[in-house]
Amino acid sequence: MKKIRLIVQREYLSRVKKKSFIIMTVLGPLLMAAIWIVPFFLATMSDEKKVIAVIDETGIFYSKFQSTDKVFFSYETELEKSKDDLTKGNISAILYVQKLTYTIPDQAVLLYSDKSPGIVTQSYISNAMQTILKNNLLVNAHNISKEDYDKINSTSIKLNTEDIRTGEKSYTEIKTGLGIFSGILIYFFIFMFGAQVMRGVIEEKTSRIVEVIISSVKPFQLMMGKIVGVALVGLTQFALWILLTFSIITALQMSMPEVFKNKQSEEIYNPGQKLPSADQLQLQTLQNQEIRELIDGLFSINYGVMIAQFIFYFLAGYLLYASLFASIGAAVDNEADTQQFMMPVTIPLLFAIIMSNFVINNPDGPVAFWLSIIPFTSPIIMMVRIPFGVPIEQIYLSMFLLIAGFVFTTWLAAKIYRTGILMYGKKVSYRELWKWLKY
Amino acid sequence: MYIFSAQNITKNYAAHTALKNVSIDVPEQSIFGLLGPNGAGKTSLIRIINQITAPDEGELFFAGEKLQPHHISLIGYLPEERGLYKKMKVGEQALYLAQLKGVSKSDALKKLKYWFEKFDILDWWNKKVEELSKGMQQKIQFIVTILHEPKLLIFDEPFSGFDPINVNLLKEEILNLKKNGATIIFSTHNMSSVEELCDNIALINKSYKILDGKVHEIKNTYKANIFEIGYHTQDIDFEKILPESFKLNSVVKQNGISKATIKIPLTASTNDLIQNVISKIELVSFNEILPTMNDIFIQKVNEQKHIA
Repeated sequence: MKKIRLIVQREYLSRVKKKSFIIMTVLGPLLMAAIWIVPFFLATMSDEKKVIAVIDETGIFYSKFQSTDKVFFSYETELEKSKDDLTKGNISAILYVQKLTYTIPDQAVLLYSDKSPGIVTQSYISNAMQTILKNNLLVNAHNISKEDYDKINSTSIKLNTEDIRTGEKSYTEIKTGLGIFSGILIYFFIFMFGAQVMRGVIEEKTSRIVEVIISSVKPFQLMMGKIVGVALVGLTQFALWILLTFSIITALQMSMPEVFKNKQSEEIYNPGQKLPSADQLQLQTLQNQEIRELIDGLFSINYGVMIAQFIFYFLAGYLLYASLFASIGAAVDNEADTQQFMMPVTIPLLFAIIMSNFVINNPDGPVAFWLSIIPFTSPIIMMVRIPFGVPIEQIYLSMFLLIAGFVFTTWLAAKIYRTGILMYGKKVSYRELWKWLKY
Repeated sequence: MYIFSAQNITKNYAAHTALKNVSIDVPEQSIFGLLGPNGAGKTSLIRIINQITAPDEGELFFAGEKLQPHHISLIGYLPEERGLYKKMKVGEQALYLAQLKGVSKSDALKKLKYWFEKFDILDWWNKKVEELSKGMQQKIQFIVTILHEPKLLIFDEPFSGFDPINVNLLKEEILNLKKNGATIIFSTHNMSSVEELCDNIALINKSYKILDGKVHEIKNTYKANIFEIGYHTQDIDFEKILPESFKLNSVVKQNGISKATIKIPLTASTNDLIQNVISKIELVSFNEILPTMNDIFIQKVNEQKHIA
C-alpha cells in the first residue's frame, strides 16, 4: 500500500507540475467563464438607436409607448410624410394604427420599414400594444378601478411566470445544452486522461525504467498507481476549473455590477410587476427575454447534484477506460503503434457521443435507458440524461454496472499489462494479446 | 551457506521453454557469473530471482528461506534494459526509486548524499535526467541499485555504456560490495570481466544449464596441456626437435623473439618438453596456456549445438 502511495504521489506531482497542466487549468475556466459571461455582455450591447414613427388614428396609443435608449417613438399624423422620412432613412419604421373598432383585427396595425424590423422590436411593439389596449379596455371601457386593474394584472403575473409550457420549453434547451456539454466533457476527459495513462506507460517502457520499478513493486501496483495518480490529476483539474470559473464570474460580477444587474432583478422578467400601466414597460425586458431565460435556466440547475454525478461518472468512466489505455501502452513500443489497438476503445466512446443527440430527443426512451446502463457508454449517456431527471434506481443500476465493468476491464488489462511491459521490439498482434490474457 | 539457490527451475512461455530444470547455488559473499548466449534464458532466470515472474516448476531459496515477496528489499537489480524517467530530476528520482525499495526518505537522502559525494556528482542533483549523458545515467542507476544495501545484487551487463575509466570505477565498487558482505550475480557476455571478477559461474544455453562451478576449477578442467615457449629467433625447424607425440600448434615471430605453442600428450610432462628443446634454442620464457573463459564458453555452446 505504501508503495502504491509513492507511485500515486509521483504520478500526480510530476503531472501537476507540468506547464501544460497549468495552462489547461487556466484556459479552461476562462472558456467556461466566457460561456457564462458572454450572454450578459450581449444583453448590454446596444444597437444603434431606432426611431419609430407612430401614426395612431385611434388615439389610444398616443404617447403611451415608452422610448428607451434603443428605440425612440415619435408621434406623427401624416402617413405620407413619414413614408418620405422612412425612404430617406430618417426613421427606421412606421407603426400605422388604423381607426377601427376596439377589437382591432390584425390587419388594423401595420409596421412599415425598409429593412425588415428585428423580431425583438416586433414582439416588443405588439406586446406593448396588447398591454396598452388591455389597459385601455379595462380601465376606460369597463370602468375598472386602478386597484382592480393592478390586481388583475398581478394575478396574471403568476400565470405568466409559472406557465408550465413556457417554463419547460426554455429549460429543455438549457438541459439539452447542459446534457450534451457534460457528455462531451466526460468524453473529452476520458480521452485526455486515458491517453495520459497510455503515454505514461509507453514512456516507462521506452525509457526502460519499467524493469527497474517492477523489481521493487508488482506490475499491478504500478499500473494502479499510475491510473489513480492521473485520476487525481483529473479531479484536481476539474476542481480548479470549477473554483476558478466561479471566482472569475464572481470577480466580474463585483467589478462590473451594471453588466449583471439584469440577472438580479427578476421582476424585470415579469412584465406585470413593472407594468401597472403600459408606459412602465421596458424594451430591455423583451429584448433580453431569451437571454434571461438562458440565465434563469442556468440558475435553475442543481449544480451540486450535477457536479457530484459528473465526478462519479467521470471517475468511474475514466477508471473503466484507463486500464484499457494502460494495456495498450504496455502492448506497444511507441505511440505510433497505438493506432491499431485504439479502435476498440474509441468506438464505444464515439458511439456514445453520436447517440447522445438521439438520446437528448427522447431522454427516457429505451435507447437512452440501455445506453445509460451499459458500462462502456453509460458515463456519457447518463450525463446527457441527468439534467432531465433519471429515476434513482436506474442511476444506481448504472453506477453498479459501471463499477463492475471497471473491475472487469482492470482485471483484463492487468494481464496484458504485466506481460506487455516486459516485451520490447516486438510488433504485437491481437492474437498475441489473446495469448497474454491466458498466461 | 548459499545466499540464493534455485532448484530445478522450469519456465515455459506460450511458444517456447525459457528454462528447463535449471539449478544454481550462489555462495554468500561471492561473485557469481551467469553466462550464456543471447536468448539462452538468463534474463528469464533473473526475472524469476527478482520475482518479476514466477517459475512454472522448481523452488527458490533466499538465505535458506523460501523466496518471498519481502525479500525484494534485500535484492538489488540493475537490469540490462535500464533507464530513468527522462523528465524527472536526478535527486528526486533516486529518492523515489530508493523509497520504492522500502528505504525511508530521510535514510535514502543521507545515503544518496554519501554516494553522490563519493562519485563526485552532487551538482547533478537538480538536473533533469535527459540532460545527462548515457554514462552519467548509468552511474545514477548503479547508485540506486545498491542504495538500499541489498544482500544480493544482480547486475545484468553492468558495464555496457561505460567508458574504461568508469568500468574500472565500477569494478572497484563491485569488489568493495563483495568485501562488505554482499553477494553479486553478474550476467554478462564480457568474458574478460568474468575471469577478473567471478568466483563461480553457471553457463546457460538454450534453456539448459550446461556448465557450472568455480572459475579456476573450470579452467583447470578445460586446460588442453598447451605450453608456450619463447626463445631468441633462430633458424630452426621446431617440428624436428620435438618427439613424435608432441604437436606444434604455431610459431609466432616478433621483435627477435619467437613464440611456439606446443600441445603435449597427457602422458608426458613439461620437463620432457624442456629437455627436448633446451639444447637447441636459447630459452626466454615458458608458460602454460590456460583456456580463457571465452574459449570455454564458445566450446561448450558449440558442443551443444552439435548435440542438438
